Amino acid sequence: MTSVTDVSPARPTFRLTRAFQGLERLVVPALLIAGWEAFARSGMLPPALLPAPSAVLHALGDWVFGFDETTQTYSGHWLRDALASALRVFGGFALASLLGILAGVAIGWSRLFEKTLEPTLQMLRPIPPVSWIPLAIIWFGIADKPAIFLVFLGAFFPVLMNSIHGVKTVDHNLVRAGAMMGANGRQMLTDIVLPAALPSIFAGLRIAVGSAWMLTVTAEMVAVKSGLGYVLWDSYYFLRYDIVLAAMISIGLLGYLSDLGLKAIMARTLRWQQTTTVQGRAG
Amino acid sequence: MAAIELRNIVKVFSDKRRGRDLLTLDNINLDIEANDFVCLLGPSGCGKSTLLNIIAGFEQATSGRTLVDGRQVERPGSDRGVVFQQPTLMPWLTAIDNIAFHLKLKGVGKAERHQRAMEFIDLVGLRGFEHHHPSEMSGGMNQRVGIARALLMNPSVILMDEPFAALDAQTKLEMQEELVAIWQKRRCTIVFVTHSVDEALVLGNKIVVMTKRPGRIREAVNFDLPRPRDITSPEFNDAKRHILSLIREESTRLAQAS
Repeated sequence: MTSVTDVSPARPTFRLTRAFQGLERLVVPALLIAGWEAFARSGMLPPALLPAPSAVLHALGDWVFGFDETTQTYSGHWLRDALASALRVFGGFALASLLGILAGVAIGWSRLFEKTLEPTLQMLRPIPPVSWIPLAIIWFGIADKPAIFLVFLGAFFPVLMNSIHGVKTVDHNLVRAGAMMGANGRQMLTDIVLPAALPSIFAGLRIAVGSAWMLTVTAEMVAVKSGLGYVLWDSYYFLRYDIVLAAMISIGLLGYLSDLGLKAIMARTLRWQQTTTVQGRAG
Repeated sequence: MAAIELRNIVKVFSDKRRGRDLLTLDNINLDIEANDFVCLLGPSGCGKSTLLNIIAGFEQATSGRTLVDGRQVERPGSDRGVVFQQPTLMPWLTAIDNIAFHLKLKGVGKAERHQRAMEFIDLVGLRGFEHHHPSEMSGGMNQRVGIARALLMNPSVILMDEPFAALDAQTKLEMQEELVAIWQKRRCTIVFVTHSVDEALVLGNKIVVMTKRPGRIREAVNFDLPRPRDITSPEFNDAKRHILSLIREESTRLAQAS
């Protein structure tokens, strides 16, 4: 949760090998799905307990497009469910990023904040976010708020820890160079320390977006009556394992897409760093 | 009035872990005139970098006075350009933005910043690389950016802490020649820290030989061999012999003391 080197560098590839790599990547998933389909059809387990991939795909299709109402009340409601979850993720994640970066930079930069703020935060950090659910429910009721609160708790600490680390490990000589060029205290922070800490801060954001999805689903299982997590839990009560799996796939996909989006923003912001990695690898 | 006046500089580092104090600079007195190219020469651990850091304002002397242009040095400032041993550029900025960083801090607009930085891009021979990031350039090119960045501030003095130490022999020679050319063209005061006798003799017109532990000034040698300097000429060798004898004397003294 507090790893700071989550930045996967681009690997130099040649055009020819890239085509093969594209195919290689599909081999394992294709084999897994084929095996699963065969096993499900063999009848060793009742189809209700292990739906075949085709059945899951069918459920997912109906959930998204509502063509034959296999998914009953959920038919055609996927977008609404996904949006509900995504908004909670976004709300909690945005709040956690903002406060996490602010508090992290303050703690990393100023002795005063380090002494006053950090011990309390470090004491709260080991408490699993999920254990806040009872409190979240009595404080915020059953709606979006407890879910956003949980997402916030899960996303805040990775951002905080990585921001502190990023600021604390800024090259001492860069600060000296800034002072030599006449930077005042504020400029030192905005023009030198913050950009220098960005790679680390982004690493924190990427870990945080993962935790955000995990926690929104957990919250929806117990504290909210909408969203992908709710559908998953509700379908489990009715033993609709095809929908459970469709929900799992949806969550995985959306989490993956969020990370992809964040990676794209990171690649744009940290273009200077990307060239380092590529050259470092190639050279 | 000298450009830099060092008066009775003493620096003591307290080694807290071992509970003792280390006298690093012992009563340094030195005047550096405007437009001098002064080389601080000494073995590693003689306190020459510490002395440079005190002039730069990065470190405070334990006692004594440091004056630059008659003003007491209290903190780092853009009147003293520093070229570090490592280029120490902002890795997220391109060459031109690194050079113009001082102007950005002063709130100068982008167009003017780039226009003024281009002069220095040309001066250090980096035309065509102005939009490269430090990671895309060689060590020598980055150090050129570092020098241009210091020059752009138009400081009263430029302080250089073994800036060519990490470069290969050939690049080092090129950079030394270029630095002398820049110094002749722009008439600035340079204090250059080095542990290489040859480098000091190629560059400086005043060579301050320092002794080790505690750091003291052994002798300040004036060296006015015309440039470009022929490093095989008798005059060069005479000066080299003299400086080497100072250093050798010093190591015998240390050997006897221990």
